[in-house]
Amino acid sequence: MTSPSPSVAVEPLVVFEHVSCSYGDSPVVEAVDFSVAPGEFVGVVGPSGSGKTTVLRALLGSVKPVHGSVRRRQGLRLSYVPQLETVDWNFPVTVREVVAMSRPTRSWWPRMTRAEIVQIDEVLDRLGLEGLASRHIRELSGGQQQRVFLARALLQDPDLLVLDEPTAGVDVRTRHEVLHVLADLNEGSAGTRPMAIVLTTHDLNGLAAHLPRLICFNRTVVADGSPDEVLRPYFLERTYGAPMEVLRHGGMPVVVEHGGDELRERMSRRGA
Amino acid sequence: MFSFDATEPFQYEFFRNGLVIAGLAGALCGLIGVFVVLRNMSYIGHGLSHAVFGGAALAAVLDFNYFVGAGLWGLLSGFMIGRVSRRRIIGADAAIGVVTTASFALGLALQARYGQASRSIDAVLFGNVLGVFPSDIAAVAGVAVVSVVVVVVLYRRLLFSTFDPEVAGVSGVNVPAMEAMLMLLLSATILVTVRVIGVLLISALLVLPAATARMMTNSFGRMLWLSPVLGTAFGLLGMYASWYADVPSGAVIILAGTAAFAVVYAVVGVRGRMRMAGLEHAHPA
Repeated sequence: MTSPSPSVAVEPLVVFEHVSCSYGDSPVVEAVDFSVAPGEFVGVVGPSGSGKTTVLRALLGSVKPVHGSVRRRQGLRLSYVPQLETVDWNFPVTVREVVAMSRPTRSWWPRMTRAEIVQIDEVLDRLGLEGLASRHIRELSGGQQQRVFLARALLQDPDLLVLDEPTAGVDVRTRHEVLHVLADLNEGSAGTRPMAIVLTTHDLNGLAAHLPRLICFNRTVVADGSPDEVLRPYFLERTYGAPMEVLRHGGMPVVVEHGGDELRERMSRRGA
Repeated sequence: MFSFDATEPFQYEFFRNGLVIAGLAGALCGLIGVFVVLRNMSYIGHGLSHAVFGGAALAAVLDFNYFVGAGLWGLLSGFMIGRVSRRRIIGADAAIGVVTTASFALGLALQARYGQASRSIDAVLFGNVLGVFPSDIAAVAGVAVVSVVVVVVLYRRLLFSTFDPEVAGVSGVNVPAMEAMLMLLLSATILVTVRVIGVLLISALLVLPAATARMMTNSFGRMLWLSPVLGTAFGLLGMYASWYADVPSGAVIILAGTAAFAVVYAVVGVRGRMRMAGLEHAHPA
């Protein structure tokens, strides 16, 4: 089932048309079709090595497709929040310096102007980072670190926010925190205008199941729709290459790995 | 009868020239060193100085201008490093090792075979601050001015592409151009300072001020002026001390820098550990 990108008269922000990308000779993603409309909140799920990040890079324009095309709406403003694991935490930058670096300077002198500092501090306040502007990026909690990079992206006033694994390696509380901030940004209730969001995640239950739209991805789009529509054993097995079961809890789908029985039996035999 | 006269060396013009160029070279290496340290380019710097040595020897034998000969040779070496490492089987560090050491060996051979007795190998390897010409001072000053202008004007783009190249590229920064610009400045820096500080010591002057400054601040902006200030201090102090120690000035400059590094390391080590210990309790939501 490959279905509904909301197809109204609204011009989509990004359209993938039969996109294939490769590094070297072997294709990493093939024949990818989907689009993102203004205001959408889309999660791309799939196992590691499935090409999720490549899709993001193609969306951002840092990887060029070898076939097909990625069309972006004229004048589309994109901001990218990288995976926290890729950040060099020993780099000497303060919170304010990180947020400021995404802004081109208007004058030849690089010092931040009064107005810039006020604007940066406003964004930091909005994300609950008040008073941390002069801290080194390492002196923050995981959730705060994620929000610093969000603040940098927000300063560019994007139409579309792109995040790579925003909850990788964070604890449960931080995951909730990040999800709530993203929901606020998507609705426009964080003092910014509403923005579309595309993120990748491998966290099916903690993150993906909460989103309005999911794309199951493994080299190509396996399924595209609401969690209820796509979090089904058939699609999940085709996405992850392993059998999975879907239970329901509190009205939400919960994915559990199949085949745990045999493993449990082997382990208990060893214990005996 | 020994008497200490603190102003004695200043009577000599060659010493005053040496002091100026040591200070300038320290400032320039301190500034470029910030990027060398933060981008893990110190081995490239080390290799480039060796490559330049081969070019310089060749230029001397062929009676060519030093800057043209060594500069072209440096470019050629950079190109060859790129070619060798692109074949994937050999890593970039091994490629740098092969190409620049070969270049260095060629320089040694040429120097031994055709070098004039007056210009000893020692001076090239360990630097000779006291044998500087006014043209050397002009060259270092010129590269320093250009570097300051480039770093000031491109400040945010250089910072963005150093800290986070992928996002910088997505945000419209021309990352390859920034990288090329820094490589160019690094090559020019080595080209004009290597005769003063010495092939074997130049990479230390690129690393010491920046590494010391890094331990003293967590802000990129502050590191960017602190490092040249430290570099200048190392250059001036080392130069002055070398007069009395009667030791090649390049060596004393590096030793002065190393001493400062060690002191800062010891002081910050204690404070840093205390701060890290405090951090674990300082995580308000």
